[in-house]
Amino acid sequence: MNFALSDEQEFLREAARGTLGRANTLEVARDALDGGERPDLWPTAVQAGWPGLLIPEDRGGAGLGAIEAMLVFAELGRVLAAIPLLGHLPATYLLGGWDGAEALASGERRAAYVPAMPGDWTTDPREGTRRASAPVLDTGTVTGEVAWVPDAPGADVLAVVTADGTVAAVDATDAEIEPVRRYDATRALGHVRLDAAPATVLPGADPTTAWHLAQALLAAESLGAVEAALERSVAYAKERFTFGRAIGSYQAVKHELVEILRRLDNGRSLMYYAGWAAQDRPDELALATAAFRTVAGGALDHAARTQISVHGGIGATWEHDAPLYFRRAQLSRRLLGGAGSASARVARELFEQAA
Amino acid sequence: MDLNDTPELAAYRTKVRGWLTDHAQEAPPREDVAERREWQRKLAEAGLAAVTWPAEYGGQGLGPLHQVVVNQEIGRAGVAGIFDVIGVGMLGPTIIAHGTEDQKQRHLGPMLAADEVWCQMFSEPAAGSDLAGIQTRAKRQDDGSWRLSGQKVWTTNAQYAAFGLLLARTDADVPKHKGLTMFVVPMDAPGITVRPLRQISGEAHFNEVFFDDVPLPAGSEVGPVDGGWGVAMTTLMFERVAIGLGGEGFGWRADRFAEALLADPAASDDPEVQHRFGEIASEFLALRFTGYRTLTALQRGNVPGPEGALAKVTTIRAAIAAGELLCDVLGPEALADDRHGELVSDLPGLKTAGGTEEILRSMVGERVLGLPPEPRLDKGVPFSELRVKVAS
Repeated sequence: MNFALSDEQEFLREAARGTLGRANTLEVARDALDGGERPDLWPTAVQAGWPGLLIPEDRGGAGLGAIEAMLVFAELGRVLAAIPLLGHLPATYLLGGWDGAEALASGERRAAYVPAMPGDWTTDPREGTRRASAPVLDTGTVTGEVAWVPDAPGADVLAVVTADGTVAAVDATDAEIEPVRRYDATRALGHVRLDAAPATVLPGADPTTAWHLAQALLAAESLGAVEAALERSVAYAKERFTFGRAIGSYQAVKHELVEILRRLDNGRSLMYYAGWAAQDRPDELALATAAFRTVAGGALDHAARTQISVHGGIGATWEHDAPLYFRRAQLSRRLLGGAGSASARVARELFEQAA
Repeated sequence: MDLNDTPELAAYRTKVRGWLTDHAQEAPPREDVAERREWQRKLAEAGLAAVTWPAEYGGQGLGPLHQVVVNQEIGRAGVAGIFDVIGVGMLGPTIIAHGTEDQKQRHLGPMLAADEVWCQMFSEPAAGSDLAGIQTRAKRQDDGSWRLSGQKVWTTNAQYAAFGLLLARTDADVPKHKGLTMFVVPMDAPGITVRPLRQISGEAHFNEVFFDDVPLPAGSEVGPVDGGWGVAMTTLMFERVAIGLGGEGFGWRADRFAEALLADPAASDDPEVQHRFGEIASEFLALRFTGYRTLTALQRGNVPGPEGALAKVTTIRAAIAAGELLCDVLGPEALADDRHGELVSDLPGLKTAGGTEEILRSMVGERVLGLPPEPRLDKGVPFSELRVKVAS
């Protein structure tokens, strides 16, 4: 038995941290919040080989697995990097056998995953609680609307999951994509409208796994943000003194910081579970990724709030980084089916197994 | 990442499973102590107890993963495990690490065969999380023997035990960690009284043990006189290892709670139940895979660190939430149910057992996150000058 990262995986993670460390992503996140242009970090991703991470080697990709993708996402999450991989990677998982896969692997072209939830193949509603139907495939075209699609603006190809669970590739020029920014300026989203858009059906593409993969990537990204929030909060708790003592010596502060660590560590175990399931236990992937999202999302909610309170008043100001993480937490829990769909899926998977 | 057995471990598993299949019908019900002890003897003779003890003391000289395989296979067979988990898992290894050759030769064999059951006597009414605050005194006599006075509490199996490993104060005029010594105590010595301690459920899983001028022969010390703190740390390290190896030992698992909830046919479709159970189950799943990470570290020769305490916090937290949910779903009847009711009743105490949640969080904050310690009023102060008495 070996339930730890391999040397290659550790190396991949360190390399990602090094790459992102040179990109000043937090400054970018702050500027973006003030309406500034976000510099295009895609070339950085291309240089690191991330666009082709999940594409098979014979199609020009790295042929790596979910765990490697999650490790990269944890690093992206640490520094709130605005790189459109949450759309691209699940899309490439679906498009690996498609004609244009090589250009996606090299990063020459960018793809976005237009998600639908396995089971009833519904999509997140633009507003409210009633889920929307996924686009409908009809005689080589797709028609419908999907809201809040990660990284849709600027994508060249859309991997669209349709109402019957078929996957279709659509050229982005045949779609209407309305860019939307809500609350977290580092997160590019789009409302996608398809009106009899020409579609190439991708036989054999697996939209169920793509959904679970997207859940895992969002969770990994959250976990990375938790790590960073904890490190920053611990550092501050050691250097800030009140009543003659470092605030980190007070139990009330210490215990809240340990609560972040507890959730982080649980999340890490579930990240490994998700990676292992993707590789060895496909029938547990839904359970593993939903549990991972539940714990990692909860960890980020908690960490983002604790980071603010540990920093005192300054933590709640525009000039501090803590609000950037808080904004990330707030939006993330409402994307890709929402946090509630993940915890419900954990329960349903277990009830089904037990029945 | 690979959770499969190596060929060697797979062969070992086959052997263990084969023995358990052949002997499962001899396994006793979990409540019968005499039969449980007899069953432990059989398990030990078959090499399914003390798997990690050195062969010269009756163990198998194998690694932690072999112990895990045995635990898993015993769980899978649905039979009882060894009776004296505390002796074989924690106290025996402590004696192996710190005891004299005479102590090892005298005690380890009968412990393993369950001819002699052991108990651990560390905690006291005023010394739990702050274990070094213990007040039970051992006074050296002119002939090198000792006299023991005081009280221990939360002592599992004291009513069956032939011996106990006991931490006592031997010098009160030095700071509290420095004047402690570990002893082997024969439980039939004059002056020892064992009383059952009933808990919220009405069951008595623990005892109080009173010592009234109990004579202990010279040579009863385990490890150096006044060096008992280090010996106690060894025991607690083995406790962490044992918990790490048997993480799901309480049987609190996501799948079992799912099964229990399905007793109400409407539960699985209820959105509130789904949400609450999903959150709880995710924590149990995390624990399972934290266990595999811990095992990987153990296998590489690393000793589990203080962060293992977080697994205990998560276990209790999740189990409390699961018990609450079960009873919310199943109604008052669940509180009267042997399993669910006892779960709900035992958990408030378990939150304190093995270190209160608050102390564990402080320890992890200081040792893992490197946060500054709480101001300590007892540092460097002789024990005799500390305020430690229980208000009475």
